[in-house]
Amino acid sequence: MTNIMEIYQLLPKTNCKECGESTCMAFAVALLSGTRRFTECPPLVKEGKYIDSKQKLEKILKPIEGAEETGLIIHEELCSGCGNCVVACPVDVANDPHGSGRGTGPTNDKVIFKVVDGKVKAANVKECRRFGKDKILCRACIDPCPTEAIEFV
Amino acid sequence: MTEMVTWTCTGCALLCEDIQVSISDNRIEHVENACMKGKARVFGCKEQAVPTIHGDKADIDDVIKDAARILRDAKNPLLYGWSNSTNEAHIAGIELARTLGGIIDSTSSFCQGITVNEILSGSVPSCTLEEVREKADVIVFWGADPMSSHPRHMSKYSYFPRGELRQRGYEEDRTAISIDVWQSRTAKICKNGFHRIPPGKDAEFMRGLIEALSGRVPKLSFDYDVKRILELAATLKKAEFGVLFAGLGLIYSIKEDITLLSEFTAALNQFSHYSLIPMAGHFNMRGFNHTLHEKTGHIYRVKFVDGKAISGVEYSVIEQMKRNADAVLVVGSDPLASLPGSISKRLKDIPLILIDPCMNLTSRVADVTIPCSTSGIEAGGTAVRMDGKTMDIHALVQGNNMSDEKIIERIIEEVG
Repeated sequence: MTNIMEIYQLLPKTNCKECGESTCMAFAVALLSGTRRFTECPPLVKEGKYIDSKQKLEKILKPIEGAEETGLIIHEELCSGCGNCVVACPVDVANDPHGSGRGTGPTNDKVIFKVVDGKVKAANVKECRRFGKDKILCRACIDPCPTEAIEFV
Repeated sequence: MTEMVTWTCTGCALLCEDIQVSISDNRIEHVENACMKGKARVFGCKEQAVPTIHGDKADIDDVIKDAARILRDAKNPLLYGWSNSTNEAHIAGIELARTLGGIIDSTSSFCQGITVNEILSGSVPSCTLEEVREKADVIVFWGADPMSSHPRHMSKYSYFPRGELRQRGYEEDRTAISIDVWQSRTAKICKNGFHRIPPGKDAEFMRGLIEALSGRVPKLSFDYDVKRILELAATLKKAEFGVLFAGLGLIYSIKEDITLLSEFTAALNQFSHYSLIPMAGHFNMRGFNHTLHEKTGHIYRVKFVDGKAISGVEYSVIEQMKRNADAVLVVGSDPLASLPGSISKRLKDIPLILIDPCMNLTSRVADVTIPCSTSGIEAGGTAVRMDGKTMDIHALVQGNNMSDEKIIERIIEEVG
């Protein structure tokens, strides 16, 4: 999983404030949360010495662009559509006890996970236990995934 | 107009019956709840097969006549494949073998047929996947990796779902154990329940477990923590409803000593209730064994002599392909891709007929190829799930080709 220090190490670390943030660390936080893009760092874009760092940042930040509000990322290329996450998610079990909770396909639209065309898709992400003021670091969908196709950033 | 249809998937022997497919103008648009294997099955072949004789396109009636001629002229025809066909096609295939006085065998001959035989003969107890979902608390995957071979196995039946007696789900109510030679995807999910053993040592480990179940300390020829095997035996003993999923890794390792399966389940059943389910791969591998058993009393490797069925290892696909068969009809299989080259290479030297919906490696060397509809997509019927339950399967769309069942019936008419 991408972490804040990994991003920070690839920034110029000069605290030039040209991006509008007070420090490069603050800009790294904004990049990880998905509110800013790395192209908004002028030195990184203009100065040739940062070209390697720029390419690495582009690569590690790519999954974050597709992240849901909860930070949920599904790597579709890794997903085998096994549905472990669909059945293991406590929200799915609570909202669809006779469908997802029993291992069959979802019987309503209140669930978070659903497998479509062999790949898991997320919906209703605000229902996720990682969202809202009482959020917890739930890993119920991550641990049962045999291919590590789900992560949170 | 788009129509939503509930479908039974024929992607593997789990035969998931909760798949939703959207169809518009006889074309499949999307599929919900199916894994990647199911999706691949629904959306069909990369390249459709076409009727050919010696590689040249031909009329379907002519290819059927030519196939019948080859089989009629052969002294020792072998009819092989069958695990991707419906039970109804199996019945037609058995009838053709009887008419020809030929040999019929399926992929189960070198797969889980030996395990199905133990179950059908009553030596090993079995149960249904529904019972596993509702009741199982200790689930053992031995030489099996369902997360790769049957992706929905753990989510639909064996580990993750809340069952009637397992309302607290996998977190508290179920224990998954993987015994394997490598840390498979399934083993990763089993976490501390993974027991790695050296290749080929399954029988020894099983005997060690039988010893441990009796309270004795087992002696193993390989380095293994005795404490762990005793802990495993204690976990197995505590089960209320245990199930052993026997994978090919286990069966290949103990096939010379297959009665060990009944010894092991009997030992487990002294303390608890245990059943065994074979991890059949193709969607109707077990169906062939059941249909042939019903018709002849044998599960595979059958030769018809004067209409009477005899069975023996000499009639196995492996032995026949190596030496005796002088013509082969392959139905829904790709022996050139799935069998060792040393065995399948003879196929290019003898007349070979292939009935399959798709182009594959075998179709490149086949003398006659006959395209058929895909079972469970363009043709319906019945099939037997890995646990022995017979399921109805329905066609989703109208195809251009005849079903394999119909093609074989036509060949029987021609052979007449």
